[in-house]
Amino acid sequence: MAGKTLYDKLWDQHLVSQRDDGTALIYIDRQLIHEVTSPQAFEGLRIAGRKPWRVASNIAMPDHNVPTTSKERSAGLAGIADQVSRVQIKTLDDNCDELGITEFKIDDRRQGIVHVVGPEQGATLPGMTIVCGDSHTSTHGALGALAHGIGTSEVEHVMATQCLLARKMKNMLVRVDGELRRGVTAKDMILAIIGEIGTAGGTGYALEFGGDAIKALSVEGRMTVCNMAIEAGARAGMIAVDQKTIDYCQGRPMSPTGELWDQAVEAWRECVSDDDAVFDKVVVIKAEDIAPQVTWGSSPELVGAITDRIPEPANESDPTRRNSLERALEYMGLEGGQPIKNIPVNKVFIGSCTNSRIEDLRAAAEVVEGHTVASNITLAMVVPGSGLVQEQAESEGLDKIFVAAGFEWREPGCSMCLAMNADRLEPGEHCASTSNRNFEGRQGFGGRSHLVSPAMAAAAAIAGRFVDIREMGEA
Amino acid sequence: MKAFTTHTGIVVPLDRANVDTDMIIPKQFLKSIKRTGFGPYLFDELRYLDKGEPDMDCANRPLNDDFVLNQADYSEGSVLLSRQNFGCGSSREHAPWALEDYGFRCLLAPSFADIFFNNCFKNGILPIELPEEQVDQLFAAVNAQAGFALSIDLEQQVVSLPDGSTISFEVDSFRKHCLLNGLDDIALTLEDAPSITAFEEQHRIRMPWLFS
Repeated sequence: MAGKTLYDKLWDQHLVSQRDDGTALIYIDRQLIHEVTSPQAFEGLRIAGRKPWRVASNIAMPDHNVPTTSKERSAGLAGIADQVSRVQIKTLDDNCDELGITEFKIDDRRQGIVHVVGPEQGATLPGMTIVCGDSHTSTHGALGALAHGIGTSEVEHVMATQCLLARKMKNMLVRVDGELRRGVTAKDMILAIIGEIGTAGGTGYALEFGGDAIKALSVEGRMTVCNMAIEAGARAGMIAVDQKTIDYCQGRPMSPTGELWDQAVEAWRECVSDDDAVFDKVVVIKAEDIAPQVTWGSSPELVGAITDRIPEPANESDPTRRNSLERALEYMGLEGGQPIKNIPVNKVFIGSCTNSRIEDLRAAAEVVEGHTVASNITLAMVVPGSGLVQEQAESEGLDKIFVAAGFEWREPGCSMCLAMNADRLEPGEHCASTSNRNFEGRQGFGGRSHLVSPAMAAAAAIAGRFVDIREMGEA
Repeated sequence: MKAFTTHTGIVVPLDRANVDTDMIIPKQFLKSIKRTGFGPYLFDELRYLDKGEPDMDCANRPLNDDFVLNQADYSEGSVLLSRQNFGCGSSREHAPWALEDYGFRCLLAPSFADIFFNNCFKNGILPIELPEEQVDQLFAAVNAQAGFALSIDLEQQVVSLPDGSTISFEVDSFRKHCLLNGLDDIALTLEDAPSITAFEEQHRIRMPWLFS
């Protein structure tokens, strides 16, 4: 009998019951909750007269709507200028208070983007099943966990039953062999993977990332990769546990200690695919072939190397795809054949659940230090992923580097990744963004997003256009 | 949840691939704490020429006449025809809420994004995957005939065309059962509560650190 994949193991360890029709009940160890996709779930529970099955398995925090200026943040909940946002955040507070759910409220220093805070607090750990009403829940798979986004009806279902109704997905391995070249990061790797397999390439699969280049990444870099599994269509992305994973988890506030720690570590070491595991699909990518990436279209798969030119739609034989390219270029105000380096930049956003951890901020600060934001950049902002990331960065003086260069240093939240708060693009503006989605209007009505790594975003802010970070290092 | 048994409706052709959930319902409308009222803002950025905000009265907003929902032939449409990877992007259930609130009951496309697909079934919407060639033929038929309508029979798993021809489709048997009967799956799962409790006790022994 063939061995098991990591996904097979996690599935089997959480299988409550399997029905003949292929659906199964999967036990959920951790549910993360934020303000946008939970109010209707809490209301549903209340209407049906149900209680959470296991209150302690839930952790909540507001992130999508929170303002990021220190002026608004200094007054906590009452300081939120947007009344509709304030009501939504207050609703989360009220629901959590009523049910006794642990919440890191807006003025708690542990508050931040749910996918940054989960691992940071040890609330998400290897071997767990983790869900959240947010598609970027795949981030937590970097710890060797089964983590994916769910809809609000499912949020309510998990609250009420501690289980998710699911069908087992297929297994896919993306193996990145070799070694990344200098200046090429986890973000470039995942963008290149999405460019290769497409935004629907992972649909129906649980996606495991493996190979030497993945193993060489830090745990934070692995989170960046798993974060964007959903951008390749896969609900769940995951990476096998190794010593780095275990070291990362040790000493976190909610990590086990003492004997329980030893017991957990022993179990976590099994959170790897067996050598003889069989995947339904395997994609192999050479790390050496990956250059710094920039998206030029309105879908993450419309991506190229900084040294490339934008493709000509006329060269595309498939009519639906040609049509997509034409629409994308029209929306982006760009032309086929144009060098990617010539794309203008108006704003720069460094943040989001993809790239707002301390290593991301260090990488950006390293590029920025001693330089000034170019005069054509109307706003360059850095939004740390959590209050603790913010504190750490400030203790290292990173905030001062950014501010001295002309960046705005903000309070933690999702911010301009999806522009639910006041941080957004104006129509026609191009943004070098470290976030995960470049959909039409995503960062603001009519806004044009270009997804890049933190170092590439920082370099774009300094140069006022996209530059090859590898050349900047040599200058 | 509203049950879905059979439905006949005018087909609205949305001829683009990778229709994402930000397009279906932009984020500013996600600040609502309700499940209803999203219909007027469905495809807001494509449908209107101005920038939509929550609680706006859409009756006086400037319409984008080029967008299919604003064309007279499709104003009564309730079946949406689109291209591959429909519903990609975020997990927001506001997307199917908006489609349902507008009046769509059935979606046809060559493929759907996983989370969106699942969310539809929780809201009385039937998403049907059809082979690319059949979707091409349906686009051609819709474009050739104003008021082109389809009849969908979930029990029989058949889509009927005006000329009497039919297309059969696949649907997961559990989802079909829930949709046909408008069932609340939390109640169904709770019938299994003893299994959940038994599993949880074993799980606690195997992985005690999760419960400390």
